[in-house]
Formats: sequence, structure tokens, C-alpha cells
Amino acid sequence: MRTRASIVETIGAWLLGLMWILPLLWAAWSALHGPTAGLSFDLFAPLTLHNFVRAWHAAPFAHAMLNTIIVASLALAAQFLLCTPAAFAFARLSFPGRDVLFALVLVQLLISPDVLMIENYRTTASFGLVDSLLGIALPYLGSAFGIFLLRQAFRQVPQELDEAARLEGLGVIRRLWRVYVPLARPTYIAYGLVLVSFHWNNFLWPLIVTNSVATRPLTVELAIFSTPDQGLDWSLVTAATLLSVAPLLIAFLIFQRQFVQSFLRSGVR
Amino acid sequence: MTRSKRRDAIAGWLLVLPAIVPLVAFTHYPTIATLWASLHGQALHGKPPPFIGLTNYRSMVKDPVFWQALRNNAIYAATVIPVSMALAMVMALAVDAATGARIRGRAMLRLAYFTPTILPMIAIANIWLFFFTPGYGLIDRALAPFGFANWNWLGSTGTALPAMIMVAIWREAAFYMIFYLAALQALPPTLREAAALEGASRFTFFRRVIWPLLTPTTLFVFINVVIDSFRLVDQIIVMTHGGPDNATTILLYYVYEVGFQYWDSGYAAALTVVLLAGLGLVALMQFALLGRRVHYR
Repeated sequence: MRTRASIVETIGAWLLGLMWILPLLWAAWSALHGPTAGLSFDLFAPLTLHNFVRAWHAAPFAHAMLNTIIVASLALAAQFLLCTPAAFAFARLSFPGRDVLFALVLVQLLISPDVLMIENYRTTASFGLVDSLLGIALPYLGSAFGIFLLRQAFRQVPQELDEAARLEGLGVIRRLWRVYVPLARPTYIAYGLVLVSFHWNNFLWPLIVTNSVATRPLTVELAIFSTPDQGLDWSLVTAATLLSVAPLLIAFLIFQRQFVQSFLRSGVR
Repeated sequence: MTRSKRRDAIAGWLLVLPAIVPLVAFTHYPTIATLWASLHGQALHGKPPPFIGLTNYRSMVKDPVFWQALRNNAIYAATVIPVSMALAMVMALAVDAATGARIRGRAMLRLAYFTPTILPMIAIANIWLFFFTPGYGLIDRALAPFGFANWNWLGSTGTALPAMIMVAIWREAAFYMIFYLAALQALPPTLREAAALEGASRFTFFRRVIWPLLTPTTLFVFINVVIDSFRLVDQIIVMTHGGPDNATTILLYYVYEVGFQYWDSGYAAALTVVLLAGLGLVALMQFALLGRRVHYR
């Protein structure tokens, strides 16, 4: 029953597709042309990479990119380290208070740290971490999402493997490291990709907690760069925008399948 | 308690505790601290903020901006949720290999639908900012033949919120398309063969088979889009600053404005409590839906 789509359907689907990709195509168009040619749609206007060079030098994007990478790595390392044992305990151990604790964990799926920005800012300030990279990562060191995701993965590990390891006298930590973590590798990859793209995109909390060039991540740098006084030079703004999404976009285009699979696998953010 | 049971109990707590501490510090503690702070005024001259009871809530009830934010939030949710869910489903059906009729260039199409998901809202906002520019922006140019040649989309109270809604829909539909696609790909192919034998039309097949089987996904997507409708403020911060005349101020944006531009943390806390109450309602709704649907994952 593989019917070929009717013309109406094909056109409709492609119209939607065009609408969804248009912003990106336009950004590329504008960034590759001079300030005036970018606004007209002359197909033969000369192409230039000059805007990218200008944008790169107009604001400390390299530094901001480094900040983003450091923050994402901090969150990634902390979450892997903290969520792995917790997920294991929730998946495989029975202990008094487990269900209450798990319910407490799930609350964070509903209430993300940026909703509570006032108090979280106060907490971060009391640690003296306002305007620091650790301060940006701080509310994201723990993750209900991570615990939930890894718990699901660990529950799929055959009990017999765990038993065998236990009989060989391996303790909890070693079983975790030798049996569970290797078997949950696809989940870790999925979780990592989702986490990195989350931090690459995160804006509100970093905006609040940073106030200097030294600590701003890409999103905040980009937002400040494209405030109205800069905003009129669209070639520059679009070039900067593309520069800041480029690493993720290129990674996405290369690993498209894995990315999509990861988002699928993760189920929840 | 046997020895192994006691050992499990101790191990369990030791393994869970390190992960719980940051969660409590940045979710549970601030939730309670927000309730407490909402009963306090502004700290002046280095003294701790005075206890003022329900005064913040009383001024909130009289604050027209609060009501406008609430109304905007309702409009935002009432449009973003159904439209982006419907689009997400349509897009998934279009690019799914088994359920959709064959469309030329399906792989390309899927890429086009999915790419917005990995772009930061800030980047999306920058690009849309241009689209909405009066006069030479893309939308004005497209609408020029219809006499809208110089409309200030983001600067007019009537169109600024719809513009924010469009950007939100654009992002949400792309993101949740993936979940529908996953669900479609998990459907057994035998269903389609059976329907073909029965001579069911594609519409009947969709209505009687696909739609009911997608219910768990629809519920999951629904809950998440509802939560997002409280949280998607990045584009508002960049594109309109809640303006013009608070036309695009939604609750979370108002919290940000009161807390970090007027530095009135007591009042911002009271606003946050309303936001938390809204999320609490979502939790209850989720609970009710979960209770009734057995095959929710």
C-alpha cells in the first residue's frame, strides 16, 4: 500500500519544510553577501566570507565558545559522576525511602532551575560564584533527567550478569563500572549529546549570572552583540549567529543519524 | 533486618545522596525559599528584608501588568500548544517511511524539519528579528502585494505577541516532530498490511489505527509543551523585552524583569509562586492522565 503522495501533499509537506529551513537559508544568504546585497535577492551578487571575519573580530566569540565548552563539560562530568550511582541505586537496590527520594528527583523534571532564578541567584551569590563559569554550571550539576534516563537503561541490564559479577566478589562500584556503564553506552552518548546541545542553547540563567566578557557563554555574547545598535548590520549579525551555531550544526550534519536517535532515545529532556 | 538488607540500605543512600544534594539545593530548597521570600519586602540599607505578610500578593492582585502577563501566558499556551502539536504530528507523518505516502526527497525534508531543534533560541530570535523588520523584512516584503508594506510587527501591541507565538511554534513543532516520528517508526508494519487487506483508506487508517496508538506520545508531548509554554522566554528577552507596553510579557519574563531589573526580590518571589502553582497544576494533570492511560510509557 505504498501510495505515492498526491501533488497537494507533496507541495504541502515541502512548503512546511521550506518554512522551517528558510530562516537558516536566509541567515546563510545574508552572511555570505555584502550589507546591501544581503537584503536584495539578486542571485548573482558576489559572495564573500568577509562578514565572518568581521564578526569574529567584532566580539570575543572564541572566548565565549571556550566558556560554553567549559560549562558544558563541567555539567557533563558532574552529571555523569553523580547520576550514575544514583540511577544504579534506584534501578537495582531496594532501600527504605527509595520511592520518596525518587519522587523528589522527578520534581525537577517539572521545575527547572531557571524558573527559580531569584533564589538560585541568591544561593550562587552566597557561594561567591556569581560571574564565574562554575556559577553558570552550578544549578545543572544534578539532573533528574540524567537519573531517570540512566535508571531506565540500567533496568535493561540482565540480572544474571550482575549476579555473576557479584559472585566473583565485585563490590557495587566495580559492578557498576564493569557491567552497567559499558552496557549503557548508547544511553550515555544520547544523554551527552542532549546535554551538550542544551548547554550550547541555554540562555536565561547564564544571562542572569554572568556580567563580564570573561565569563559570558556564546548565547549571551550573541544576544549582547545583536542588540539594536548593532542590529542594523544584518550581514554581521547573521554571520555571528552562524559562527556561534556552526560547531553544533556541523556536528549535527555529520552525525545526523546519531543525533536523531539520541533525541529519540532520551524521550524526555 | 538481615545483614545484606542493611548493607543495601546503606549503599543505596550513599549512592543516591551525592546526586540528591544539588537537586535539593537548586530545586526543592529554592521552592520553599521562594514561598518564604514572597512574604518579605525589599532589603534596605543592608538590613534583612522585613516580614510583610501577604502584602506582595495584595499588590499583585492590583498590578495590571501581572494580569496582563497571566493573560498573555494563557494566549501563548492556548495557541502554541495545539498548533505546534498538530504541526509536529503532520510533519512526522509526512516524513515517516511507512505511514506517510512517498514524498520526493523525504530525507531532505526530515533534515529541514529537524534542524531548528539544535539551533539556540537566541540564534532563532536573531534571524526572526530580521524577518519581522518593518519595511525590508521578509514578512513585509512577502505581504507587500497585500498592502502591509510597512508594518511594525514587533512594535505594535496587536502583532507582537502573535509574532512571539510564531517563533515558539516554529521551535516546538520541530522538536516534538522527532517524538512522533519515533512513535510512528515503532508501530508494527503488520498493522498497515492488515489495513490494506481490509481496503481501508489512508484517512480511516490514520483515524482508527495511528491516532489511537499515538495517544501515549501525544500525552507525553502535551505535558512537555505545556511546561515549555511557561518557560520559553528567550526570544521575548531578545526580540521585544516584553514590550511594546507589556504586550509580550509572560509570567516568567515578568519574574525576570521584576527580579533582575527592578531588583524587587520579594515581589518577584510572589510572582514565582504563581508560576509554581501553574506548574503544580500541570503535575496534577499529568497524574490524572497517567492514571487513566495504561499504555503510557
